[in-house]
Amino acid sequence: MTDSRPDPDRLLARIKDDEIQARRGKLKLFFGASAGVGKTFAMLSAARVQQQQGVDVIIGVIETHGRAETEALVSGLPKLELKEIRYRDRVLREFDLDGTLERKPQLVLVDELAHSNVAGSRHAKRWQDVEELLDAGIDVWSAMNVQHLESLNDIVTGITGIRVWETVPDRVFDETDEVVIVDLPPDDLLLRLKEGKVYLPQQAERAVRNFFRKGNLIALRELALRRTADRVDSEMLQYRRNLQAAPVWQTRESILLCIGPDERSEKLVRTTARLSAQLGVPWHCIYVETPRLQRLPDAARQRVLQLLKTAEDTGAVTATLSGSELAATIVRYAHEHNLPRVVLGRDSGRLRRPWQTPLAEAVGALTADLDILQVALPARERSAGGRSGAAKTSVHQGDTLAWRSYLWSALICGAVTLAVAPLTPLLDGANIVMVFLLAVVGVAVKFGRGPAVLAALLTVGMFDFFYVPPRFSFSVTDAQYLLTFGVMLVVALVIGQLTAGLKFQARVARSREERVGALYAMSRDLSGALMPEQIAEIGARFLKSEFAASAALMIPDPEDRLHGAVHSEGQPEGMDAGVAQWAFDHDEAAGYGTNTLAAAPVLYVPLKAPMRMRGVLAIGTTNPGRLAGPEQRRLLDTCASLLAISLERVHYVDVAQTVTVQMESERLRNSLLAAISHDLRTPLAALVGMAESLTMMKLPGMSPELETAQRMRDAALRMNSLVSNMLDMARLQSGPVQLNRQWQPLEEVIGTALKAMSGTLDHRPVKVALADDLPLVDIDAVLFERVLCNLLENASKYTEPRSPIDIRAIASDEHVVITVDDTGPGLPKGKESAIFAMFERGRKESSTPGVGLGLAICRAIVEAHGGTIRGETKPQGGARFTIELPRGTPPSLEGLERLDKLDGDSDDEHG
Amino acid sequence: MTSMAETVQRVLIVEDEVEIRRFVRMALNAEGFEVIEAESVQRGLIEAGTRRPDLVVLDLGLPDGDGIELIRDLRAWSDMPVLVLSARTTEADKISALDAGADDYLVKPFSAGELLARVRAQLRRRARTGADGGSTAIEFGEVKIDLLHRSVVRAGEPVHLTPIQYRLLVHLTGYPNCVRTHRQLLHAVWGSSHSDDTPYLRVYMGQLRKKVEIDPSQPRHLLTEAGVGYRFVP
Repeated sequence: MTDSRPDPDRLLARIKDDEIQARRGKLKLFFGASAGVGKTFAMLSAARVQQQQGVDVIIGVIETHGRAETEALVSGLPKLELKEIRYRDRVLREFDLDGTLERKPQLVLVDELAHSNVAGSRHAKRWQDVEELLDAGIDVWSAMNVQHLESLNDIVTGITGIRVWETVPDRVFDETDEVVIVDLPPDDLLLRLKEGKVYLPQQAERAVRNFFRKGNLIALRELALRRTADRVDSEMLQYRRNLQAAPVWQTRESILLCIGPDERSEKLVRTTARLSAQLGVPWHCIYVETPRLQRLPDAARQRVLQLLKTAEDTGAVTATLSGSELAATIVRYAHEHNLPRVVLGRDSGRLRRPWQTPLAEAVGALTADLDILQVALPARERSAGGRSGAAKTSVHQGDTLAWRSYLWSALICGAVTLAVAPLTPLLDGANIVMVFLLAVVGVAVKFGRGPAVLAALLTVGMFDFFYVPPRFSFSVTDAQYLLTFGVMLVVALVIGQLTAGLKFQARVARSREERVGALYAMSRDLSGALMPEQIAEIGARFLKSEFAASAALMIPDPEDRLHGAVHSEGQPEGMDAGVAQWAFDHDEAAGYGTNTLAAAPVLYVPLKAPMRMRGVLAIGTTNPGRLAGPEQRRLLDTCASLLAISLERVHYVDVAQTVTVQMESERLRNSLLAAISHDLRTPLAALVGMAESLTMMKLPGMSPELETAQRMRDAALRMNSLVSNMLDMARLQSGPVQLNRQWQPLEEVIGTALKAMSGTLDHRPVKVALADDLPLVDIDAVLFERVLCNLLENASKYTEPRSPIDIRAIASDEHVVITVDDTGPGLPKGKESAIFAMFERGRKESSTPGVGLGLAICRAIVEAHGGTIRGETKPQGGARFTIELPRGTPPSLEGLERLDKLDGDSDDEHG
Repeated sequence: MTSMAETVQRVLIVEDEVEIRRFVRMALNAEGFEVIEAESVQRGLIEAGTRRPDLVVLDLGLPDGDGIELIRDLRAWSDMPVLVLSARTTEADKISALDAGADDYLVKPFSAGELLARVRAQLRRRARTGADGGSTAIEFGEVKIDLLHRSVVRAGEPVHLTPIQYRLLVHLTGYPNCVRTHRQLLHAVWGSSHSDDTPYLRVYMGQLRKKVEIDPSQPRHLLTEAGVGYRFVP
């Protein structure tokens, strides 16, 4: 069976891609094999062409290195001043990100994508600046060399022997909209170098000279060309995917990499990144924290975090898992995420311990459906120096602590030996062994594994020396004792190991339980919180007890701006509202230990609730290490999401209250208006009625009185229509109108309006032409009748008696359009929209009655329906009013039609 | 004009505004009706029970209660026509009054002529149903409905109606000059489970008008009462 359905995930990804693409600016990258190939020159030349075509180009930052031809190109383009940043005692100049965002050019040139920003800038790297520019919808052109690509970094180091520290994540390169390769054959480059056309930093000239060897240049050129070719390949793939050309829809076989705390895992990360790029599949990178690994020094855990971040930068999905069995955890994760390929490191240099199963075999033994790729780890010597210094020192600190417990262990053994001495005549040799074993268990419980081993060895020695004949000598007369020693040693070692392990696990479990308990307590407190202040306080309390950190909660105002903390006590020091705002706007943590403003003393975590962003949590701590571990990070994230959900809940409680208040005020307003309406109309009704009664008395010879009575009635009726309009306007103006909308044919409303206005229309012929395909419209019949009545009244006010009025309605795709035409003088020129304002009349000096509320009411009602109304003078004369109502989705009428059919005989018209 | 009423017909007016009561009384007296006045719900019920009027003109906003309560009480023992007076913007009140059993309504301010016409129409309807309740044919304009043969003829030509269109037409014509609310019509024609499906009702009314009205956009017999319901005028 061939399944030719498009993979919904893929379609979704494409739609999402397109959406993001539409908003984002485009990044064009000038890519070269090495410095000196002419990237900057190519970029500037192309920018000049853009400028001539009228594009708003600006130079953000360009390094001309004093070359005349480049200088000439730069001088022709507008340039943004660099920002001056004070760093220690020097003033450094850096690309002005905020200036560019403010200036908002169409296209900005930012050279050297891999550049690291001066400390104190918003982002650590220039490519992060560029990302922000793109997010703001600004197109960016930039340049970089192949050795700056993260995944090729160690290859380039291997080829050239020079380590490049400034790197750009592959993700940035892969997501670049356009890559232009700037190529120069190695010989030409060397020639340029000889002619002094390539800029070389003076202090490192020798090293750089070494770099520009022909062999290096050929290799770099190949790397650059191949990487670009890979990109073109994936573009082709993308294109084909968009065309849906592939007939078979298969799931994507992603890769799973499991890393350890070993610093050599870095190679694993880069290798897997390259592999996934070549295969065009996503990859996951996980770190499994087993109880053994939780004992690692902080430095090692930091390194793991760093590795995970590198993996994330190269495009991986990362996760930290905890589990007691490494292999089982890997297999479970692989199955859950549908990752059929697992990459593991193979340490060829290390001697295998016979009782340990290699990880790859352990994974293989658990499941048959995973492909396992083993990557050789480099030999340990190379990396032993330099960077692991930090780890060394902390291990050393551990040693001094351990040294004491070993001493204690020895002392205890000595004490036990002395204690047993007086009992020797009473005790059998086997029982003395028991007492010594008890001592080993005690040491294991108190001091852990190492001291327990020492105690095991010491007790065996002491037993031999003091209690085995011949006493006070290590020599043994009976060979049987050798067996006793052997068994005693093994038992002591095993018991010591087990006890120490159990104790450690118990400690881990207890600390976990405490943490869960604290979280539970917080969520219980949060469920009772009714105000953001309470939430802030509960959050701060939790963070104080768990992380010894001070915390503050910031909540946005309706315009999404953050102002200070909700709860003003105990704010973290050095809190910066600007950084918090950035974290809020970008939905990304900022400040301490993140990508953005890593040097800041405070960490800002955005609080993202299911519906939207709810605020920012600022955390300041005197002990930064406590925020860094993966477990701590998870706890922090859980805390943040609990806070976010609580804030959202509180927000909706607020919304519900506001709605209740609104409904109440609407009800009040309606009853007030009804009362006013009643009080005004009652005397009018009496006036109209009594004036009419006078006219009906049919008294002979009293024509002047009759006429007066009629005039009185007419005036009262006019007064009534005025009052009606004023009350309508008051109702529409005093707040949102509650519409009683129902789906109905337009014909009906037009009919009632014509009937209501039959007196006013005074025999003017009204032609109604409604399109046959007119759908039902969703309107408040009573209010909409007012609209039509007012328009008809308006038409009869300004036209001669017996002049025709046309009402038409047609349906377009989106709207139902209603027009009311008359043959009067039309609308005063230039006032076509002003006539809809309140108390506005077309002709001020005219004697036509009315105060100009009619059209204002029309507009208010039509707009409450989500429609528009406009007036115009037709070319052939006469006014035309056009109402456009949204078409919406009328209810289906099939159900009842069918009922009608089933009911009996069929109907010709509905066949 | 039906001047067949030999006995003087009585009209009860329940209205708290003296001026309106006065002019209604004047207008009705001028046409030869006997007028009983009441200014509250309680007085109104007492007058209706003791004087047995032929018709009640009722204002909805009364000082000691809601006019709708009066209609409910009245309907418990009498089917005398009830004509309601109301303000324009209170559709919901009109609908509940009609659903409670009122027959027609007038919007303030109304003219004496209009009031008299409505009163006469109601009394005429009552007289007819009282006299020949078993009529088998209904006629209006060019249209004739034969209730025995379930056939409709317009200007001599047979008109084909679907079962629902026929039921709707017959129900409406059964209440000449009365306003029937959407709910009442839906209930009567489609059954109680459809009492909120007003779009269906409106669509069927449109179809019916095309078949029996000369100009469906300006109907003369099947009139719309905006936001309330429909009225059949013979």
